[in-house]
Amino acid sequence: MYNEKDINEQIAWAKINADVLRSMENPRKSYWVAVVMCILMISCAVFAEYIQYTVGMGPSNLNNPHMWDMYIATFVFWIGMSHSGTLLSAILHLIHADWRKPIYRFAEAMTTFSLMTAGLFPIIHLGRVWNMYWVLPYVSDRGHWPNFRSPLVWDAFAISTYLSASMLFLFVGMIPDLAICRDNARGWRKKLYTVLSLGWSGNDRQWRNFRKIYLLMACFLIPLAVSVHSIVSADFAMSIMPGWHVTTFPPYFVAGALYSGCAAIITLFVLLRYFFRFEEYMTLPIMEKTCKLTFAIAMVWSYLNLIEFSSVWYGHDIYNKELLIDKATGAYAWVFWTMLFCGSVLPFTLAFKKMRRHMPTMFVVSLLLNVGMFFERWMIVAPTLSMSHSPHQWDVMWGSIVEWAIVFGSFGWFGLLFLVFVKVFPSVSMYEVKEMVYHRRRHLINEDAATKFHRRSDDGKTTTGEPGLEGA
Amino acid sequence: MSLDNLLGNWSQYRKAHEDGGFHDYEHRWGMAIDLDICTGCNACSTACYAENNLAVVGKERFEKGQAMHWLRVERYWDQSELDHPEQGASFLPMMCQQCDAATCEPVCPVAATYHTPDGLNAQVYNRCIGSRYCSNNCPFRVRYFNFYSYYESSWPEPLNMQLNPDITVRDKGVMEKCTFCVQRLRSAKDKAKMENRKVEDGDVTTACAQACPTNAIVFGDWQDENSQVAKLWKKHQVTRAVTKQKKDNPEKRGYRIFEELNVDPSTMYLERVREKI
Repeated sequence: MYNEKDINEQIAWAKINADVLRSMENPRKSYWVAVVMCILMISCAVFAEYIQYTVGMGPSNLNNPHMWDMYIATFVFWIGMSHSGTLLSAILHLIHADWRKPIYRFAEAMTTFSLMTAGLFPIIHLGRVWNMYWVLPYVSDRGHWPNFRSPLVWDAFAISTYLSASMLFLFVGMIPDLAICRDNARGWRKKLYTVLSLGWSGNDRQWRNFRKIYLLMACFLIPLAVSVHSIVSADFAMSIMPGWHVTTFPPYFVAGALYSGCAAIITLFVLLRYFFRFEEYMTLPIMEKTCKLTFAIAMVWSYLNLIEFSSVWYGHDIYNKELLIDKATGAYAWVFWTMLFCGSVLPFTLAFKKMRRHMPTMFVVSLLLNVGMFFERWMIVAPTLSMSHSPHQWDVMWGSIVEWAIVFGSFGWFGLLFLVFVKVFPSVSMYEVKEMVYHRRRHLINEDAATKFHRRSDDGKTTTGEPGLEGA
Repeated sequence: MSLDNLLGNWSQYRKAHEDGGFHDYEHRWGMAIDLDICTGCNACSTACYAENNLAVVGKERFEKGQAMHWLRVERYWDQSELDHPEQGASFLPMMCQQCDAATCEPVCPVAATYHTPDGLNAQVYNRCIGSRYCSNNCPFRVRYFNFYSYYESSWPEPLNMQLNPDITVRDKGVMEKCTFCVQRLRSAKDKAKMENRKVEDGDVTTACAQACPTNAIVFGDWQDENSQVAKLWKKHQVTRAVTKQKKDNPEKRGYRIFEELNVDPSTMYLERVREKI
């Protein structure tokens, strides 16, 4: 009924180059509209941050119990988003899931850009932004050190390490493709790619070294990715607040991170497939596999939610239990139930083949999944602050326009980075798609040879048009 | 290093806090607040505003929850389980409890809040970068953040002349909280040192204790056995470094708020006695 091939093995290598390089050229009108929109969104945030910088944190509506709010929630959201790229490129690379090849590049770019977005938020939310470098252990003549017991310091280390590692991983994985770009480019692009491709000529020794370093970095990145989000969860889990001091937070955060990341991959998958006409590379079977992966992670996330709720419920800790009841029935109830609907009910659409193969549905669903995940982060930060130990300080707070403008602008910032990326760098890995095609073709030949070998002389079938390796 | 040694030391380390932890305190400032004689008049809070250069933020920001009252008098009205609701609100003067195992301290990324040898939980304004984690991890929620810059708006000329010269006016983006009037403690210690003696009970008191018309707030050196505060703690069978007080007489009214969280507060409260009128 459906063509179940991940990719067409007969696709010519020159066509792969041409298709991907074409995607980097001649931006259409819609591209510029998107760029302008992103810049407008960023200017909203810049204006809001200007107010906050000059006046103080007051205009964001933060108050005594609500010392953190949307800034930290958005920070966790973007950090979470960054985990998908590593999952696709490192974990799936190690387990030889070759269907990741056409889609891992943009996922990795997403990792880097969402980290660059996330990294802004701890800075924005500081009361004295201009002293932010005090968190780092720089050499000071006053002999000051950061407080190494503070999870915020761990955050600073974890995020900067993860950002530099994932940037390097993205860059290293792109070198052979940059060489292809270099060979096909003119003008400033030629200069840029010449520098970036580091003299890649594709000889045997280069490939050998390249494979080694790529594998090494993949192995390095996996524990890093897991630890980064565990450390982000430590921001909450290391406190003594009800709803934050939760043992399952590290796996819960990692699962949530992979979840929102995968959902974002589906969103960008649909967009790139549509706008760059990548139907031949970002095929429906690959989409299906991504959807299945997302579904599995959604179920893990739901399970961890269930664990958290039931351990609170049966734990009979008065603070935690009241907080849980308040989440479900209090002022934030609509956020809580939307989160549960989007996070645990909606992913069941991914269980149906018809839905999985329908791009507009998947686009909407993946966006809604991420709305759910954004609300999840909100539900981690806000209710605990609104209802902690001291009943005198119970308070419900809704962020002001300043706060929301900065959150809104962060999406513009991410979008702009991504838009620039897809026009300057190949968003589909050309050399890996070629590899994939090559291996599939090899496999096909072997299969054919095998069937031929085992075929009895009298079964009457003839083989025609045996696929070969001429294209290679 | 044997395994026994390692495990033994580990359990010793883990239990250190319950045994009293760090013992080598110079002073250990403590407080006792008798809720039975507190009238909820807010004089303590006002005195604190005057003593510590606290900004008056105005009605709007107060309603938003951005007030700077280091000492707030909490009012609890709707306690249906009370025997005598007609007796009105219960008052609870709440300020930084100067916890011995303060939860705000380990989470500060720049170590702007730390423990002094006096057993105080100090806040270094110059070092604070305003991550506000300390406030989030404070079960009492008694840390106040400078959401705005208040110097011009709160003390327009000539009101700036009434500012206490002993301490600073904090600028925007900095966390602050009750210090047990550390500037008074400092000058009392200096004075005692000049006179070659130790600080005695009665040498120094906080602004709130000084202003309290009913003497509900008692402040002093908890380590000094002769001090009023130490006697009160002893009388009401309240001690430090425990998560539950052992009392042979349930009539003893002393308790510490949230001591079950193992934060070890330095302030003892005496329960209000309710009687039928």
